[in-house]
Amino acid sequence: MAVRRDLREYLLEAEFTVRQGEIMVLIGENGSGKSSLLHLIAGLLPPGAGHIRIGEQVLYDSMNGIHVPAEYREIGLVFQNHAVFPHLTVFENVAFGLRRRKVPEPEIRERVGELLARVSLENLSGVRGDQLSGGERQRTALARALVISPTLLLLDEPVSALDAAAQERMRSYLHTYVKTSNIPCIVVTHSFRDAASLGDQMGVMERGRIIQNGDLEEIRGNGSHFLHQFFCGCRKDSCHL
Amino acid sequence: MGRRYFQGKNPLFLTIGAGVLITLLVIFIITPILGLFFRISFEQFLASLSDPVVWNALVLSLVTASISTLVIILVGTPVAWVNARHHYPGREIVDTLIDLPLVLPPTVAGLALLLAFGRMGLIGSFFYDYGISIAFTTLAVIIAQIFVSIPFYIRQARASFEQLDTMYEHAAKSLGSPSVPTFFTIILPLVKAGLIGGAIMSFARALGEFGATIMFAGNFQGRTQTMPLAIYTAMQGDLTAAITLSVILIIISFLIIAFVKFKLRGYGER
Repeated sequence: MAVRRDLREYLLEAEFTVRQGEIMVLIGENGSGKSSLLHLIAGLLPPGAGHIRIGEQVLYDSMNGIHVPAEYREIGLVFQNHAVFPHLTVFENVAFGLRRRKVPEPEIRERVGELLARVSLENLSGVRGDQLSGGERQRTALARALVISPTLLLLDEPVSALDAAAQERMRSYLHTYVKTSNIPCIVVTHSFRDAASLGDQMGVMERGRIIQNGDLEEIRGNGSHFLHQFFCGCRKDSCHL
Repeated sequence: MGRRYFQGKNPLFLTIGAGVLITLLVIFIITPILGLFFRISFEQFLASLSDPVVWNALVLSLVTASISTLVIILVGTPVAWVNARHHYPGREIVDTLIDLPLVLPPTVAGLALLLAFGRMGLIGSFFYDYGISIAFTTLAVIIAQIFVSIPFYIRQARASFEQLDTMYEHAAKSLGSPSVPTFFTIILPLVKAGLIGGAIMSFARALGEFGATIMFAGNFQGRTQTMPLAIYTAMQGDLTAAITLSVILIIISFLIIAFVKFKLRGYGER
């Protein structure tokens, strides 16, 4: 994909490829355009120019006037703020995408039940979205994005609200899910652990551009302050390691 | 030592001052209302209820205010949504026009409606050619009520839509829901407290409408004489009927405000 769009302060311009079954981790300072890039790919923000393709399916091509609306893109998106519908129960939230696709009710119950068990929410299926904790909302949002069997997975800080043990379990599950479903996945994160355990490749964003793209070790060798802090956890000028 | 800015209690003179002001305000509002309630006995109130003037006005007011509120909801909701979420040339002008009836004296609104929908009016003359007369009919009552009360609903509805985070619409879209189903399944349930509040305030305003109605619809018992008009007419003869109607209006208004304040408090966040 290659997209371009004017944001408030700068031009977002990115070109990269994520292969089937591969996870790309996007890192960068706050406001560098990571979430906006996910929204562009999902079709929630119209790009100014460029092209987005998943396999053979063209989602956006400014040259040929193709723009598939967000609701027809079959992309699973987990929002940074989770965006769990507060007036619906956990079950209704997760079933929402399947009901829109007119999936038969018994199949909805089976698929939703299976995913709720996967994310340890089976006991909360009748609880409304606005009564959930941050971690429960995040797991609901994850289950909701995965249940529709997306052709591309976009995750904006997908495990940030979970405790350490749950984070580890969820990362492992996500990793397995992407590999077995053989779909491309882009993860935005500020966590080195997410990057290390999920990322097959990594992109570093700065003011709307992917300034570096490669595997973790390649990028780790770079000497920028931001990257040093990301990998080491301390400031480069006061690092003793 | 520096001044203490954070004290546990307010100074005494502030507490006394606030108490006096609140007491005066409550007395100011409650005295005229109690005056009405004490002027008639319960038996007189019940007897007046069977008076055709009172009964006709009550039924007409409730029916016309309900119809106008329904029209306001059907027309106002899409308008409020478009103005809250979409930019188009002249949006602020449209918004200002919608608010205009809020500040317009009702008699001016009535005169304007008469000149627009009357027999010789801009639109009214067209209908009159086909034998349809709008002014001085029950339809005129409804038009007058819609004209003066629609801003109450649209303002509240627009504010509710604006306050709703777009992430819910985005989430619904990303899950395969097109705009219209998203509006009904996600957006409306999340803003319904605001919309109900706006509709109730519009209903209350329509129920109390006087100036525009008397100018545009006239004052005919059973056809255009709503409760405020019947009170005005009864004042010149049957004071008991006027008081009965006033008491009914006060009770309905109080129930409406109480419902908005208590029942809907925190409803949107549930």
